[in-house]
Amino acid sequence: MDALEIARWQFGITTVYHFLMVPLTIGLGLTVATLQTMWHRTGNEHWLRMTKFWGKLFLINFIMGVATGIVQEFQFGMAWSEYSRYVGDVFGAPLAMEALLAFFVESTFLGLWIFGWKKLPKRVHLATIWCASLATILSAYFILVANSWMQHPVGTKLVDGRAVMTDAWAVFTNNTALVTFPHTIFGAFAVAGGFLLGISWFHLYRRRKEGIDTVDANGYVVVGEDPNRGKNRDKTDYQVWIKSLRIGASVAMVAFLGVALSGHEQAKLMFEQQPMKMAAAEAACHDGTGFSVLSLGDITAQGATNCDNVVAVFEIPGILSYLANGDFTTEIKGVNTLIPEYQEKYGKYYPSDESFGQYAGQEINYLPVMEVTYWGFRLMITLGGLSALAAGVALWITRKGTVPESKWLSRLAVLGIAAPFGANATGWIFTEMGRQPFTVAPNPQMGGVDQVFMYTAASVSPTVTAGEMLFSLISLTAIYGVLLVVELVLLTRYIRGGVASAMPELEAADHSSSGGPKGPDNDDDDVLAFAY
Amino acid sequence: MDWLPTLWFVVIALLWCGYLFLEGFDLGVGMLIGLGRSTEKRKRLLLNTIGPVWDGNEVWLLTAGGATFAAFPHWYASLFSALYIPLTIVLVALIFRAVAIEYRGKAITAATRKAWDLALGLGSLVAAFGVGAMLALTTLGLPLNENGDRIGGAFAWLNWHAILGGVAVVAFCWIHALAFLRLKTDGAVRHEAGKLVGRWLPVAILPLVAWALLVLLDNDSGIAWAVMGLAVIALAASMISGRAGREGVSFIALGVTLLAGVAAIFTAAYPVVLPSTIDPAFDLTVANASSTAYTLKLMSIVAAFGVPMVLAYQAWSYWVFRKRLREEHIPDTHRVVSIIK
Repeated sequence: MDALEIARWQFGITTVYHFLMVPLTIGLGLTVATLQTMWHRTGNEHWLRMTKFWGKLFLINFIMGVATGIVQEFQFGMAWSEYSRYVGDVFGAPLAMEALLAFFVESTFLGLWIFGWKKLPKRVHLATIWCASLATILSAYFILVANSWMQHPVGTKLVDGRAVMTDAWAVFTNNTALVTFPHTIFGAFAVAGGFLLGISWFHLYRRRKEGIDTVDANGYVVVGEDPNRGKNRDKTDYQVWIKSLRIGASVAMVAFLGVALSGHEQAKLMFEQQPMKMAAAEAACHDGTGFSVLSLGDITAQGATNCDNVVAVFEIPGILSYLANGDFTTEIKGVNTLIPEYQEKYGKYYPSDESFGQYAGQEINYLPVMEVTYWGFRLMITLGGLSALAAGVALWITRKGTVPESKWLSRLAVLGIAAPFGANATGWIFTEMGRQPFTVAPNPQMGGVDQVFMYTAASVSPTVTAGEMLFSLISLTAIYGVLLVVELVLLTRYIRGGVASAMPELEAADHSSSGGPKGPDNDDDDVLAFAY
Repeated sequence: MDWLPTLWFVVIALLWCGYLFLEGFDLGVGMLIGLGRSTEKRKRLLLNTIGPVWDGNEVWLLTAGGATFAAFPHWYASLFSALYIPLTIVLVALIFRAVAIEYRGKAITAATRKAWDLALGLGSLVAAFGVGAMLALTTLGLPLNENGDRIGGAFAWLNWHAILGGVAVVAFCWIHALAFLRLKTDGAVRHEAGKLVGRWLPVAILPLVAWALLVLLDNDSGIAWAVMGLAVIALAASMISGRAGREGVSFIALGVTLLAGVAAIFTAAYPVVLPSTIDPAFDLTVANASSTAYTLKLMSIVAAFGVPMVLAYQAWSYWVFRKRLREEHIPDTHRVVSIIK
């Protein structure tokens, strides 16, 4: 592998990994803020318990997002210096704003929230979680503005071989960003919804299996208590899980609706802005109107699917046109039509320029890797749809107040947590790999070679060696692998500990140590309500 | 609008100052926890002095990086790609450090806790060293060609400038952390930290002074020498007030020493942001490395609103957690027990 390929693998791995933590942070953050608001309003104990429990899991996950996020900001300069030079005038601004206007708020206010229980006035404490979680959304906006500009450069012109910002308003209201933003945020809520649903289902199942909760003749729940385990399995504990489950399932369903609607808008835009990406998503070699349900292809020796070998096994006529245009008859351009168009507009060969390294003068492959775009697109939709369906079914099954005493249903619910994560990941892989061979895709409304766009082949750092790239790829991938296991182990342990893992005071009396910091002469204010 | 790149050079210098001042003590506290010898209770006391604020401190680094990308793309691209290996190591260190802070208290066995301590200690040490090396190299030079790309292979950056800068920041973080602990704790830690600061302060600042002198001697700048004079006065003030037991004044004066020292370095380096050791004609300067006036204007508006906000709410968070901590304040560790039968 050459430096470019290694750099691409690294960017892909680190970004997809980072984006496992991000949607959960966004979705769960606002959920926790809402739960705490409910507690603030009603004073009901179960809302407090939910805030603490989900807040704890939120924090275990949040730190991983923070740690892996720094890599994202550094690696543009490290591995993609030519890209950074070319786009910096436009692309750097949203990144810097993200740090200045969002990351500072997130980190500072989260610190206040974690350590501020009992220290800050209740209302102020509640405000800190809202500030932190709203900042995660703001951060998503800025980063999506940056990414959308790579998908669809606007508000820019080429000056001395570099992209220069001419219209900040256009950059920050890029129509691509405006549809990608809700799509991503709803996607994050789908993740959070599934997370709440799966974990709550597990606890309700355990309560039933252990005979704490039973059902009456009509199938309605009879809530019980396990006196041996203090408040950790009391009736309020039941409230925590059933409420969390039903909230999670509802959030997941609403989120999917939002994802689908915004995704449709996004697809329509993408047919205009990057027709090749969408043709590749459909494995649509020839012009037509049909949506492919199953296409199969041969993998050529080079590893890229060649359009000659794609066989459309099953298509639904008209649907592709509907996705792109909202009607059933407009012919959508296929790959075989698009390639000559791209070649005519942007050239058949890479320029014989030093910055292209070994790719200088070679023929440009305008077709993204079709197996990835085709299956990525479909996996995204399938996984997203399945989790929404599962959420609907879960709402129906739990209408009488609890889950059935079924081991495999419980396992399925826990396993289902992964589905929306998978949908997020495959969606990103699809849209980023579908943009190839460009890092900054050309805006079709802006003309030809003299416009702002950039080839991936010319984006990489010119004198960074393949060995250096391999060093970082291996170190980061290895560490990420280890940390994923660590995070999963910790999440599992805290989940199995129930609410008490976030609220030690709930544990049965014989568990809580006597003495400790709360001596009689110790003012409560002086003791940390929370300590690492 | 010729002054815009200069303004942004100043902003970035200030962001680095903010980073070194704030994260300086929490990197140092990380080193003390992970690499020093303490009882478990004491380690947790140290960790909780930075607990609520360390993450906010680290964002200064991200903002310095992001602002450099936005305002000086060529500086960002050349510096970060030239230092590929060391920055990879810094990233790894920062990842381990962040995760260790959050996860160390969740460890069940003594062995895992020890592993997290090591991750925290080494992570803090390596991150401090790497940032110091990077800043020293951006002020003293890297082998860059006409395009701003590093030549000479993966380790072309490795020289004694890098080591000096690394040592300077590590030593500063260590002494700054002690001054911070003296201010933020009560009991034995306060006492011991006070003794160490009294003994080691001038020595610990020495490498920073050496780095500053290198840059100042290399460039002819009266203002830089004046600022450096201020740093020396602040250092003296920190020592004197420290001896007199005025811990707050001593801590702030030490911070001013750093700020003035770094300011002197950046002032002397101006207008070069990254010198080329191959040919001065290849130097990156505020003029040839910067973004357009349009982008800088946009960023200036955002910063004029954003920076004061950040300063305000970060100051507030320090105010909220202003009380000194004692070992008795640290609650017992809570061990998570599975409720699944």
